[in-house]
Amino acid sequence: MTTLSIDHVSRWFGNVVAVNDITMTIGPGVTGLLGPNGAGKSTLINMMAGFLAPSTGTVTLDGQQVWRNEAIYKHIGIVPEREAMYDFLTGREFVLANAELHGLGAKAAQKALATVEMEYAQDRKIATYSKGMRQRVKMASALVHEPSLLLLDEPFNGMDPRQRMQLMDLLRRMGDEGRTVLFSSHILEEVEQLARHIEVVVAGRHAASGDFRKIRRLMTDRPHRYLVRSSDDRALAAALIADPSTSGIEVDRAEGALLIQAVDFGRFTALLPRVARDHGIRLLTVSPSDESLESVFSYLVAA
Amino acid sequence: MYDPTVARLTYRALLGRRRALILGALPLLLLLIAFAVRGLAGADDQTAADLLGGLALATMVPIIGVIAGTGAIGPEIDDGSVVYLLSKPVKRPTIIFTKLIVAIAVTMVFSAVPTLIAGFVLNGNGQQIAVAYTVAALVASIAYAALFLLLGTVSRHAVVFGLVYALVWEALFGSLVPGARTLSVQQWSLAVAQKVAGGDLITSDVGLTTATVLLAAVTVLATWCAGQKLRTLTLAGEE
Repeated sequence: MTTLSIDHVSRWFGNVVAVNDITMTIGPGVTGLLGPNGAGKSTLINMMAGFLAPSTGTVTLDGQQVWRNEAIYKHIGIVPEREAMYDFLTGREFVLANAELHGLGAKAAQKALATVEMEYAQDRKIATYSKGMRQRVKMASALVHEPSLLLLDEPFNGMDPRQRMQLMDLLRRMGDEGRTVLFSSHILEEVEQLARHIEVVVAGRHAASGDFRKIRRLMTDRPHRYLVRSSDDRALAAALIADPSTSGIEVDRAEGALLIQAVDFGRFTALLPRVARDHGIRLLTVSPSDESLESVFSYLVAA
Repeated sequence: MYDPTVARLTYRALLGRRRALILGALPLLLLLIAFAVRGLAGADDQTAADLLGGLALATMVPIIGVIAGTGAIGPEIDDGSVVYLLSKPVKRPTIIFTKLIVAIAVTMVFSAVPTLIAGFVLNGNGQQIAVAYTVAALVASIAYAALFLLLGTVSRHAVVFGLVYALVWEALFGSLVPGARTLSVQQWSLAVAQKVAGGDLITSDVGLTTATVLLAAVTVLATWCAGQKLRTLTLAGEE
């Protein structure tokens, strides 16, 4: 059982506050650290990994300080976001070097390479690897000593769907084994597919924490705005406004479209196509007009 | 204190193709000049001393020291790959000490060895000149490697600062301002060379005792500082 505790941690760079008084506890299983780009996720992960001193507050792993404590790395595996590796080495040499630095040998390195299914390319120079292959070798280097805490900074960036699924399976497995796995992402779907527990960080602050379903509901229950074009906007508007899932409709003459505010996301998305079909109206455009992650997050912060 | 894996990684990074070419170019130039001078002017002790002092010790050794010292850690910190060393249960001073040993070894091989060969080519080690300058180059290699390793740890522009120190401070400033010579690795190592050669072909502005103490102090202090710096190294690349 490994628990990572972040206690009233802030970090500023000059006048810029990157992380603002965050307190959270990360326990066994897979936790997703979700937030838009620039929210402070990397800064937070760097502090969890002992690469950055908190300006105030403490980061501890089972009660032990992480900052300036090299011995702690026996228990931590880190997959950094940055691409830079020892490109002049082969994958096998790189993972072996990582194993040796942990006092382990070729057997551990080979096992880690097998876990990420990179044995087939292990004797090629890292410089020749694709982004997904690099990511997997990085992963092998982090797993080589079977750490109880695994920290991954945007691990799915640049991976194709198959590789993404493989890595998700692997992380899920590690979570099921009772390891503490924390990964950051700015993509809601990624986090949702993998993590049961989510920590949301927005603009350096801890915006939400808990079960992903609860947070997803918070996110989907907010008013949604849609831009809709159809063969008969007025008839469609009249039919939709009668339903309680719609709280307001505006006819945008300039755009030649309807701006619809829906309060019940699930019900509205089922209602719209049915109403259109029943009234013989053709839908030409249906697009969410405020679905950017930032707007979702800003809603969360306000909630 | 010494980690063979860190050493292996450092050697391979330092002796990668491009850097090895730069490291090899200067010694090659020195040897070419030595052969040319010997061929054209014949063996002459004064010429040998001038060439080894002016070209080998004053220029080649510090430049090789800059390349090896900063190159042993600077690029890793710059591109962030040092994270793979820092995220291990390896003491940070061990990482620095190992890199120092590698930097010293590389500097010695690429500066002291060619100095010795050039010396023998120039005057067949007459008046111990070849050996004296080789000893100076060995001693200077240690101090330069430590200094420039520290520089590589603290600054992203380590190579530039290193070259400025080596060429402007030691070579130019040192020849114009007498006081600057006292604070110069080159002069300290010359003091050692003077002792080895014995004659009056090699002279230093610094006494042997002072030189030895300063060489040791600079090496130890620079290494200690680099170890401390690495312990609190904040990785770049935050959002």
